[in-house]
Amino acid sequence: MIWLTWRQFRVAAATAAAALVVLAAALALTGPGLASGYSAGITACARDGGCPRFFDRFFDDHQLPFLAVTLVVLILPALLGLFWGAPLVTRELEAGTHLLVWNQSITRTRWLAVKLTFTGLAAVAAAGLCSLVATWWSAPLDRSAAPGFGLMDPLVFGARGIVPMAYAAFAFVLGVTVGMLVRRTVPAMAVTLVLFAAVQIVMPLAVRPHLLPPVGASFALGPENVDSFGKAGDQEFPHLTLESAIPGDTGAWVLSSRLTDPSGRVAGGEGLPATVRVSTTSGPCGPSQQSREPGKGFESCIAEINRLGYRQEAVYQPFERFWPFQWIETGIYALLTAGLAGLCFRWIRRRLS
Amino acid sequence: MSAALHARDLGKRYGRRWALRDCTVDIPAGHVVGLVGPNGAGKTTLLKLAAGQLTPTSGTITVLGGRPTGEPAQLARIGFVAQDTPVYAGLSVADHLRLGARLNPGWDAALARDRVERLGLDPRHRAGKLSGGQRAQLALTLGLAKRPELLILDEPVAALDPLARREFLQGLMEAVAEHELSVVLSSHLVSDLERTCDYLIVLVGSRVRAAGEVEDLLATHHRLTGPRRSPDRLPGDWQVVSARHTDRQSTLIVRTDAPIHDPAWSVSQVTLEDLVLAYMDEPAPAHLRPVLEVKR
Repeated sequence: MIWLTWRQFRVAAATAAAALVVLAAALALTGPGLASGYSAGITACARDGGCPRFFDRFFDDHQLPFLAVTLVVLILPALLGLFWGAPLVTRELEAGTHLLVWNQSITRTRWLAVKLTFTGLAAVAAAGLCSLVATWWSAPLDRSAAPGFGLMDPLVFGARGIVPMAYAAFAFVLGVTVGMLVRRTVPAMAVTLVLFAAVQIVMPLAVRPHLLPPVGASFALGPENVDSFGKAGDQEFPHLTLESAIPGDTGAWVLSSRLTDPSGRVAGGEGLPATVRVSTTSGPCGPSQQSREPGKGFESCIAEINRLGYRQEAVYQPFERFWPFQWIETGIYALLTAGLAGLCFRWIRRRLS
Repeated sequence: MSAALHARDLGKRYGRRWALRDCTVDIPAGHVVGLVGPNGAGKTTLLKLAAGQLTPTSGTITVLGGRPTGEPAQLARIGFVAQDTPVYAGLSVADHLRLGARLNPGWDAALARDRVERLGLDPRHRAGKLSGGQRAQLALTLGLAKRPELLILDEPVAALDPLARREFLQGLMEAVAEHELSVVLSSHLVSDLERTCDYLIVLVGSRVRAAGEVEDLLATHHRLTGPRRSPDRLPGDWQVVSARHTDRQSTLIVRTDAPIHDPAWSVSQVTLEDLVLAYMDEPAPAHLRPVLEVKR
């Protein structure tokens, strides 16, 4: 049975292997250059203290390949579900060959078990390999990533570590299950894509933030969590926009970040500018102070705003939860996969033919 | 005589539609049985149930004394060549033989090799590029080389041209003679069955309308032509299968074991085709007309 599975699968396997080799080769060629550029930059910026600026520039320079590699890892499980999972059974049903193979002296449960295990493991291996090279290649970029592109952020989290393997297993078995229910390859592929995309959107939006209770805290304002601060000519008070970042926990996944005023009311947040009632005619934010200490003016003005009682109220998942989250999410998808596989076995015994 | 297949009140429902309902049929072993009936009579469903490809919704079926549950031991005893003789288009002829060898403990490699050689099939040829006749032969080879006790073929020649059809049936007959297996073969073409089968079952609307050895069926059915007569004035032991009346004349096909002496009737032989058509035409509701079986 393993022979037959391999015989039917080998063209698809070779195609995927070739694509993976191309990807791995491209990343292997560019990876060392990226890493050495990063370490050279770090050494240089450590001397002159311009590391935040270096991070910005370095990430900006490589943002396109970074996004491309991340997307490949995100999309691969869906492709495996579509092209390996959905046709696994429908192809037999459409050609009528299930009647041939199910009449050999082997139960159809065993037939399905071998096909699911063998092809499923290949899918997991492909996703694992892809995630491994992507994680290795983008390590310098993950360390210098702009807010929103950190390891914990939804876009990147699913393309690093071990979760891509769980996604691939789930997408594959989802494809097989849908194929069994729909019984036609192309509609099964469409349904698989829609369902998998829905799960992949619901997971980071509604489930992942609650895998562990998020941390809520209030932080003084500073260069790390203030994105911009300024005053338009016709306004009485300046506006402050918060950065989605947690002071002292770079790379944390910020679920909400709001500015509260001295009375504790929410003044604004979630990336929108909020009015800060601080005098710009006198005091540390006044023009005289600004001209006396150019360059230092921002810090003393922020210190004044902090003194008045403005704070960042943030709810977030700390960066050190990256691996716990990876394991928990892998477990969840493994359970889903096992459930769907159980459904497949019930269905092939009871209903199909 | 042992039964190759025994079904009692067998039914299979898809959603709300019954593909087969209340089917009771006995198929004796040691015959080449032709299963004939119009489209939608339930032939394919019955054969799939017998091969263990479907599970019945109601009733019971035993094949070779066992239930076709899809267990390996039972699967090994039954060969099944499905409608349109499916094979893997991407696999070569040799791959198919390898598939058979790996998935069947009782695989007869010599038989398979010899058959493929005799058919002139190139083992390296992809099955998808074979002609319809060659594909059917390959499917038959797979069915035979697992050495089943019962071989079930569902409309194996429906899509073949007359020459390929004859070759296929000839190959089947040779294999039957050589390996002494029981065969159930469905078709809606009586001429195919006439050459190959020694036992015939007419299935119409899930009911067996006639069943028996071909010789007996032919010997007990007669075509009668005579002056018009109302059906209730016919002898009681006549089973009227079909009746056509014009103003003056009646043409009947009747089944009777007794010789016909009435000089008013001119008696002629029926062909197998006449007989089958007569049963398939039969409009009478099932409850009025008892299911007919030739007694032996």
